[in-house]
Amino acid sequence: MHTEVQTILEQYHSDKTRLIDILWDVQQKYGFIPGEAIMALSEGLNMSCNDIHETISFYHFFHARPSGKHKIYLADSVIARMNGYDEIREALEQACGCTFGAVDESGTFGLYDTNCIGLSDQEPAMMVDEVVFTNLTPKKASDVIAQLKQGRDANQIANPDGNGRRDVAYVDTLVKGNIHNQGPVFFKADRDFKALLEKCLEMLPDEVIETLTVSSIRGRGGAGFPTGLKWRLGREAEGDEKYVICNADEGEPGTFKDRVLLTRSPGDVLLGMIIAAYAIGSHNGIIYLRTEYRYLKEYLEQQIQGFYDQGLLGEQILGKAFDFDIRIQMGAGAYVCGDETALIESCEGKRGTPRVKPPYPIQQGYLGMPTCVNNVETFAAVSRIIEEGAEWFRTMGTNHSSGTRLLSVSGDCQHPGIYEIEWGISLNEVLQMVGARNPMAAQVSGPSGECVSVEKDGERVFCYSDLSCNGSLMVFNESRDLLDIVKNFMRFFVDESCGICVPCRAGNIDLLRKIERVIAGRACQQDLDEGVRWGKLVRNTSRCGLGAASPKPILTTLEKFPEIYQHKLVQPHGALLPAFDMDAALQGHELAYKALVQEEME
Amino acid sequence: MSIRITIDGNEIITQDGATLVDVAAENGIYIPTLCHLKGKPCLGTCRICSVRVNGNVMAACTVPVSDGLEVEVDEPEVSDMRKALVEFLFVEGNHNCPSCEKSGRCDLQALGCELGMMVSRFPYRFPVRIRDHAAKRIWLERDRCIFCQRCVQFIRDRETSRKIFSIKDRGTHASIEIDIELADKMPPEQIREAAELCPVGCIIEKGVGYNDPIGRRKYEIKSIRERALERKRK
Amino acid sequence: MRRPVKNETASHELPATPLDPSVRAERDKKIQVAMIALCGCWGCTLSFLDMDENLLRLLEKVSITRSSLTDIKRIPHHCAIGFVEGGIANDENIETLEHFRENCDILISVGACAVWGGVPAMRNVVNLEECFREAYVDSPTAVPGSKPVIPYHPDIPRITTKVYPCHEVVKMDYFIPGCPPDGAAIFKVLDDLVNGRDVNLPTSMNRYD
Repeated sequence: MHTEVQTILEQYHSDKTRLIDILWDVQQKYGFIPGEAIMALSEGLNMSCNDIHETISFYHFFHARPSGKHKIYLADSVIARMNGYDEIREALEQACGCTFGAVDESGTFGLYDTNCIGLSDQEPAMMVDEVVFTNLTPKKASDVIAQLKQGRDANQIANPDGNGRRDVAYVDTLVKGNIHNQGPVFFKADRDFKALLEKCLEMLPDEVIETLTVSSIRGRGGAGFPTGLKWRLGREAEGDEKYVICNADEGEPGTFKDRVLLTRSPGDVLLGMIIAAYAIGSHNGIIYLRTEYRYLKEYLEQQIQGFYDQGLLGEQILGKAFDFDIRIQMGAGAYVCGDETALIESCEGKRGTPRVKPPYPIQQGYLGMPTCVNNVETFAAVSRIIEEGAEWFRTMGTNHSSGTRLLSVSGDCQHPGIYEIEWGISLNEVLQMVGARNPMAAQVSGPSGECVSVEKDGERVFCYSDLSCNGSLMVFNESRDLLDIVKNFMRFFVDESCGICVPCRAGNIDLLRKIERVIAGRACQQDLDEGVRWGKLVRNTSRCGLGAASPKPILTTLEKFPEIYQHKLVQPHGALLPAFDMDAALQGHELAYKALVQEEME
Repeated sequence: MSIRITIDGNEIITQDGATLVDVAAENGIYIPTLCHLKGKPCLGTCRICSVRVNGNVMAACTVPVSDGLEVEVDEPEVSDMRKALVEFLFVEGNHNCPSCEKSGRCDLQALGCELGMMVSRFPYRFPVRIRDHAAKRIWLERDRCIFCQRCVQFIRDRETSRKIFSIKDRGTHASIEIDIELADKMPPEQIREAAELCPVGCIIEKGVGYNDPIGRRKYEIKSIRERALERKRK
Repeated sequence: MRRPVKNETASHELPATPLDPSVRAERDKKIQVAMIALCGCWGCTLSFLDMDENLLRLLEKVSITRSSLTDIKRIPHHCAIGFVEGGIANDENIETLEHFRENCDILISVGACAVWGGVPAMRNVVNLEECFREAYVDSPTAVPGSKPVIPYHPDIPRITTKVYPCHEVVKMDYFIPGCPPDGAAIFKVLDDLVNGRDVNLPTSMNRYD
């Protein structure tokens, strides 16, 4: 094993900043990351074994123990639960002969839950090894397992026609695009990237940045930082090297537009990155691709290769003194890596822990150098702004929110999928467009956004100063149990908290317990008051955006739907607190007694 | 460059870019800390130095001061947040002061007293955390770890600079780990350094503890507040 | 799940010579104070006694109803202030605490066990079955060859699944940490309450061990 690991290490020049890639290669080879391999890595990388475990154990998709020849991850999201998740789970357990979180006796199947895998328009869905299966029924799920048992691999089952992985047909076989409207900015067919880049390179970098500044485009990842300003800071920042990173770690539950952009318009994204590199003076770019989109990797590599072939990437791009390379960095399963500093840590082979800011990545990012991190959609939009001009873009949308954006729509509607909307459109208009059925609530921007009431907020508009949407829109009709949804979201944050700071690590658990207490009918008004206070505490004192957002499912539903909470509250009667569970407190003795007496008799 | 900021309304003249928590201490204003070590890279993990900066709550150890900053330390809401963060730590692990070797010289305990914590307002969790006593001279009492990361970042093997302490898993499942082989190579003064660096009783030097009688222990002789202000003024 | 009401007599209900009416009347005018120990070591109760002569000074204003001085299990009449030592480790503790909450205006957790569970709560990281096994089956002091008996009978209190701090069972108004707290700390809180001041335990008196 030592020499095999050595070979992998050599491939990465024993560079510990490539630890994530190295671990993926090891896991690919052995099915998990064996202790012996970790020891070899420890020597090769001059890291203690525990240091390597730090990274391994941070990521959901790395396994330090045998975890099944086929690893099956069933997406456990609110949307999946609305569409039959429970039945699929049961079918899988039955078919695989093991429960979730375990490996079957033969070591063939490992069943795992995972959070949203970016397929909310076609749930229930599961990842099996490197591919995905969507729109699952219990029968379809069992069939997949049956075929795996017969020795076929997941790829053969998902892709029976044998499409090449570098082909878009391969991606299309696995997942649907579901683009429902053609807007002015995205998914434009037959673009001449070469001519466009020529046009761009005729401009001075400062002119490119000025164009973006005038267009008023703001980052599409959610925070809405002005892109022109970020690039200006990047240009002005001092560093021997600068980096451009495309954040394709689309982890917010309910969003999948980056997946579709990368599938349908990868060139737009690559071109946007090249423009950024030109503008700030960078020679190296990274696409940070979440593991859940593993099936896009070869296709994207092919697209990148196409750009090299056309002279749009590599050395002396289009004959100019401008070199730029792009590589793909696979993630390994951590929502928090959507935070740009956590993403950078992950690119450096470490735990995806958000950094302390300042310094900001645009000053000191990847490998300590100025780094411009933008969302997939931002890069795609930039490529269109350079093509059509700043005025064209600015005239769309509203004063402070220019242009359009993509929405990933899921939940209770006729046509889940991708919609391009102009900023300024109202919630009601969007709901009508997507064919929402008796909508009661809409979750704007996923769990980290806000839950709005269709009745009270229908006329609110999508823009940075009102419904500032990061691309996720989930629709819930009147039959949905919002408290259960809130609980699911809170559990998501508990799962995904990196644990580096106290409020997020400790506080989210207490908030989850509060909502569980409400659901169990053991909460009184004091619990709600505490929930608000603790929520505010976590929001204000956490280190990164995850903690700043995590109490929002509770806080926003409490504000918009107070009645669903009030309905569940109990009035304290007598001295005992409603939260005190007398049954649970008293049953332990009896259970312990019976177990020991039973043992005695055997 | 000399700049002016205000802390609780008092004007302070200081150097641009200095760390807020240090600036405050130099001027006799105590902001509690647990993970911060003056002169070392900012860890920013405990958030106990949270204060209001121009209206926003920020951890004072992460804030480089700039001209015109308006800082509120002694403001009821943010003071209560600092106290609440300490309370979180007391329920998250098992902090049984009466049976702890570090009692009387524990930063967390001293802060709890300093901030007037009588009880935690959060539910006590009693997590199961297995202690690790395999190293020859270090006892790792995981019940007490607060994940400040001081040991992880600042205690390295002197020969290879590899990590001796590390964190496994994430979020609420995180646990502090020790590399036994490297730990057993640590010279005695480095063990002492690690034990003293640990703000709680998680890293304990075997055979050390309960040395000073009650009433004459570190923080009984001089409170954590006095020590912080005194150290910074030097 | 509650245990059935048993036919029981509290010690204060036993026949006794009635108190002199004038003494009774004097006493009834005072602020009634009680103290009870739940699952603890009685160390806090000893600290209560450690108020020493300070207590005598206060006796002009307060009357000690139930305490280790009197050793009665229930408080016979309403009290203004109740001190509680110890956490909740069995159903008798729950009943007693409930009784105190119902009969005291102000209820105070005294000491680590009442505040967060304390030393008895160290069992909370082990499940009850393992605790029983260690205590009654694999006990090093068990008589060799004897058949282990695990207590489980309506006449003896049922052990709770976990040890709980008092405030997780009923509302507690104040907390005095310490293992045990000093008599001075208890006195400070009592003195504040009796004299109508806001309770304020200074940092110097606040400690956890």
